[in-house]
Amino acid sequence: MSKTALVVVGNGMVGHQFLQSLADSGRLNEFEVTVFCEEPRLAYDRVYLSSYFTGATAEDLAMGKIDQYREWGLNVLLNERVVEINKNDRLVVSDKGTTLSYDKLVMATGSYPFVPPVPGHDRDHCLVYRTIEDLEAIKASAAQGKVGVVVGGGLLGLEAAKALRDLGLETHVVEFAPRLMAVQLDEMGGGLLRSKIEALGVQVHTGKNTQQIVDGEHHVHRMEFADGEVLETDLILFSAGIRPRDQLARESGLAVGERGGIHINNRCQTSDENIYAIGECALWDGKIFGLVAPGYAMAKVAVAQLNGGEAEFAGADMSTKLKLMGVDVCSIGDAQGRTPGAKNFTWLNEAEGTYKKLVISSDNKKLLGAILVGDAESYGTLLQYMLNEIDLPANPESMILPSVDGAASAGLGVAALPETAQICSCHDVSKGDVQGAVAGGCCSLGDVKGATKAGTGCGGCVPLLTSLVNHELEALGVEVSHDLCEHFAFTRQDLYNLIRVEGIHSFDELMAKHGKGGKGCHICKPAVGSILASCWNNYVLDPKHVILQDTNDTFLANMQKDGTYSIVPRIAGGEITPDKLIVLGEVARDYNLYTKITGGQRVDLFGARLEQLPEIWGRLIDAGFETGHAYGKSVRTVKSCVGSTWCRFGVDDSVGLAIDIENRYKGLRAPHKIKFAVSGCTRECAEAQSKDIGVIATENGWNLYVCGNGGMKPRHADLFATDLDKETLIKYIDRVLMFYIRTADRLQRTSVWMDNLEGGLDYLRDVVINDSLALGDELESQMQHVVETYECEWKKTVNDEQALKRFRQFVNSDKSDSNVVFVQERGQIRPARPEEKEIEAQPIVMA
Amino acid sequence: MSVEMKAIETQGIPVCTVDDLVAESGVCALINGRQVALFYFPARARVYAIDNFDPVGQANVLSRGLVGSSEGGLFLASPLYKERYCLETGRCLDNPEVVLDTWNTWLEGDQLLVDPQAVNQGVLRESA
Repeated sequence: MSKTALVVVGNGMVGHQFLQSLADSGRLNEFEVTVFCEEPRLAYDRVYLSSYFTGATAEDLAMGKIDQYREWGLNVLLNERVVEINKNDRLVVSDKGTTLSYDKLVMATGSYPFVPPVPGHDRDHCLVYRTIEDLEAIKASAAQGKVGVVVGGGLLGLEAAKALRDLGLETHVVEFAPRLMAVQLDEMGGGLLRSKIEALGVQVHTGKNTQQIVDGEHHVHRMEFADGEVLETDLILFSAGIRPRDQLARESGLAVGERGGIHINNRCQTSDENIYAIGECALWDGKIFGLVAPGYAMAKVAVAQLNGGEAEFAGADMSTKLKLMGVDVCSIGDAQGRTPGAKNFTWLNEAEGTYKKLVISSDNKKLLGAILVGDAESYGTLLQYMLNEIDLPANPESMILPSVDGAASAGLGVAALPETAQICSCHDVSKGDVQGAVAGGCCSLGDVKGATKAGTGCGGCVPLLTSLVNHELEALGVEVSHDLCEHFAFTRQDLYNLIRVEGIHSFDELMAKHGKGGKGCHICKPAVGSILASCWNNYVLDPKHVILQDTNDTFLANMQKDGTYSIVPRIAGGEITPDKLIVLGEVARDYNLYTKITGGQRVDLFGARLEQLPEIWGRLIDAGFETGHAYGKSVRTVKSCVGSTWCRFGVDDSVGLAIDIENRYKGLRAPHKIKFAVSGCTRECAEAQSKDIGVIATENGWNLYVCGNGGMKPRHADLFATDLDKETLIKYIDRVLMFYIRTADRLQRTSVWMDNLEGGLDYLRDVVINDSLALGDELESQMQHVVETYECEWKKTVNDEQALKRFRQFVNSDKSDSNVVFVQERGQIRPARPEEKEIEAQPIVMA
Repeated sequence: MSVEMKAIETQGIPVCTVDDLVAESGVCALINGRQVALFYFPARARVYAIDNFDPVGQANVLSRGLVGSSEGGLFLASPLYKERYCLETGRCLDNPEVVLDTWNTWLEGDQLLVDPQAVNQGVLRESA
C-alpha cells in the first residue's frame, strides 16, 4: 500500500502536538510526512517563553526534538516557509523553491502579534513578543535602555511585563481597557491584580489610548495618549492580542473569516476537504482559540480524521489558571456573569490579597463561572462543578469562604464526578479514561500518567488526579504491590532484615536465597547495594558490589549532563585551611575544572573526564583530602555557622561539633542522602532546621531537630530533644539514623519516612529515647561498626589496579570523548550547547 | 594465527581481551570511529555491543549504565535518565520508537572480535 503524502505547514506547539498525536496513534508508518518550519528551530514552549529571561535556554523550552523526529521518520525542513498552495494539483511551494505534492495538508501556522496601527509603531525599539528571536531582540534592546512599556494588559501582556522586569527595566503596562485582563476578570479582580502587580514594581496605566509614538526628550520614545498624558520609554513591546496567520490560506483560495482565521468544520477541515487547519490560525464557529489546550484538541481531531476516525471538535472551555508574576489568577466559564439571571457571590480579603467570586445560575443550582485572584486552591473543584454541571451545595458560598473553626472547606469528592468529567485539560483526559487505565492494570499515579498523559502538561490537575487514582484503586479492591521490583517479592525493609539476620554479603547470595532469578535491575541492584553497604560497609568497587552501583557510585563522582564528572572532596564542617584551599584551586586550574561553592559548604569541581578522575584524586589525597560522598545516597555534609569561637553571639562551638559529627558519620550509606547542620545559637545561621539532622546550641547543651529537608518539598525539622550533652546527642543520632536505615523505603528521605511511621514523631521519640523496642544497644553497635570500618573509597581506589582499569574512556584507545566540548563563560568552562558543537541539524531526511 | 583467519572470515576486528572487560557491566571501545559500549557476561561467554551514545541525554555514557534483566531479557539502564535498552536488539524498552545500533561480537579465546558494521534492528524491521 502506498503511503499517504502528508504535509504539515508550521511547527509550533500545536503543529508539534499534531505530530506527537500521529505518532501516538501508531499509524505514522502509513504516512510520508514532511514538516515545514519557518523558524530556525523546532517547536518550543511559548507558554513559558518569559522563563527564557530567567535562565531557561532555547533547549529547555524545546518541545520538538530533531532526534525524535528522525526516529519518527519525518522529513523536516527548517528555516523554510510555504508560500503557495495549489489546491487543484495538490502541490505546495516553499520560499526556497521546494515543490512537493500532497494527499493531505495540515495548516498549523499559528498567529502573529497584533500591533495597533498608531503612527510610530514601526520605530526602532518597538518590538513584539512571540518567538525566541523576538526575545533576543528584546534582550538586545533592553540592554541599551532603562524603561520599557508593554502595550496590552491581557495575559500575554503581563507575561511580557514580567520579562521586561526580569531584564531590569523600569516597567510599565499600558492598557486600552479600564482594567487588566479585561476578558478574564471583573472590575474587582482586575483591581486586586493591579495592586499586586504594582506592589511588584510594575506601573499600570489603564484606559490609555495611544495616539502616536514620537521621539522622546529623555528616552527613545514618547507615547502620546488620547487623554493628553505622555509616557517616555526606551523600549515598547506590543502585546495587544493575536491575529491568525491566514494569509497563505487566503491567497490559496481557502475560505477565511471576515476578521481573519481559516474556516474549519467540526472535523477541522477547511473549505478544501484535503486541507486541515488547527490551532490559532483556525476559525471554528466564528471563534479563534488563543490557548494551547483547544489547539491540542484540534490536533487530536485532525489525527483521528486522517486515520479514518469519527472524532470531532466541539469547542473548548476557555477557563484559565495562571501565575502572573507570582500572582495566582483563575478565570472559569462565565466569569463576568453575563448569563441572564446569574447571581454573584464575592469574597474580597484585602489584608491577604485574595479575591474570589462565584457566578451561579438563577435557580442557585449550577456554577456558571468563577474568578480567583491570589489563591488558586479551589480552581480544580470549581472547574469540575462548572464543566459537569454538578449540583451546588445548599450554601455555595462555603466554597470560597475561609473555614473559620478549622473545618475543611467544601471540597468535591472525586466520586461525585461524572465519567465524562475532564480531569486533565492539557491532554483532554476524562475521569472515564483514568478509570479505564486503572482497570487496565495501572496501579500507581506514575502508571496512569504514562498511560494517559494526564497531569503531564501544566500539572495543575495532579492533586485531583492523585485522589482519583487512589479512589479507583480502592474501589477495585487493588492491594498495591509493595514488592521492590520483579526480582524480589519483598519490601526494602524485608530485604534489610534478611540481609542482617542471615548475614548475607552479596547480591548473588540474596538472589539465590530470596530472589526470583535474573540479573536484577536498576531498582533492586542499587537498593541492595545500599543495604549491604549500610550493614557491612565493604568497599563498593569490589567486583561483586560494583555491578550494583548507580553510575555515580561506580565512578565515585557525580555524572553531569555531558558525561563528565564533578568532584567534591570532604570539607568537614566547612572548615578548610588556606593551604588546602590553594590545593583545590591549583587542581581546578591545572585540569581546567569549573569551580562552584556548594550549598553544603564545600567546593565542587566540574568537567573532569572519566580518565582524569584517578589522577585528580591522587593529588587531592596527597594534600590530605578524602572523598565527600557527594555521589552516594549517603551522609553528605554537616554545615555549620562559625560558632562561639569567633561569633559575638555564639553560645557553643558549632564548628567543632560539626566536624566531630561529620567525621563520625562520613561514608554511612542510607536509603537516601542525609544532610546535617549545627548552629551555635538560636539565630540559626547554619539553617539546621532544614536538615535531616539539625543541632542548635543552647545555654544548657544542644537541641536536636530531626527529619527536615530542603529540595522539592521543603519541610522543617521537628524538635526531637532539648538541652542534650554531647554524648547523649550522639547516642540519639546513632539510633535515629540506624532506625531510619532499617525501616525506610528505598529513596525515602527522613521527612517522608517519619511522616509514614505510625505514631510519627512521638513514636520515634519512644523508640529512640525510651527504647520502647529495646533496640537501642543494637542500633548503636551497628552504627559503631560503620564508624570503625570507615575508609576513604578514593584512597583505596587509587591504589587498586583492578578498580582503576575502569577509569578510561576506551579500552582500545587513549583518545578522549570527542563529544565532550567546553566553551568559556564568565572566565570558566561550561559544556557546549548542541548548536555550539556545530552538529548538523538540518535538513533531516529519513526513510 | 587462527584468530586472524577467523577475523577475516567473519569480518570481525580484534578490539580487546577479556581482561579489559568487566563482568556484568560495561566498558567502551572505539571501533571505526564509533563509540561502542561492551557488556560482558562470563557465564554465557557473551559480549553485547550497543551504541555508547545516549540519544535522550545526548552524551556518550551508555557503557557506564547499570545492567539488569526484565522478564528474562537483559537490558542496560542509561546513567543519565534511566531509559532501559535491550542489550540484544538495542530497542528502548521505555520508548519503542528509539532503537540503538548494535554490533555482532565473538570471543575467540581471550580475544574479543567485533564486526565493525553496525546493525539497527529498527531499520531492519521497517524495511522488511
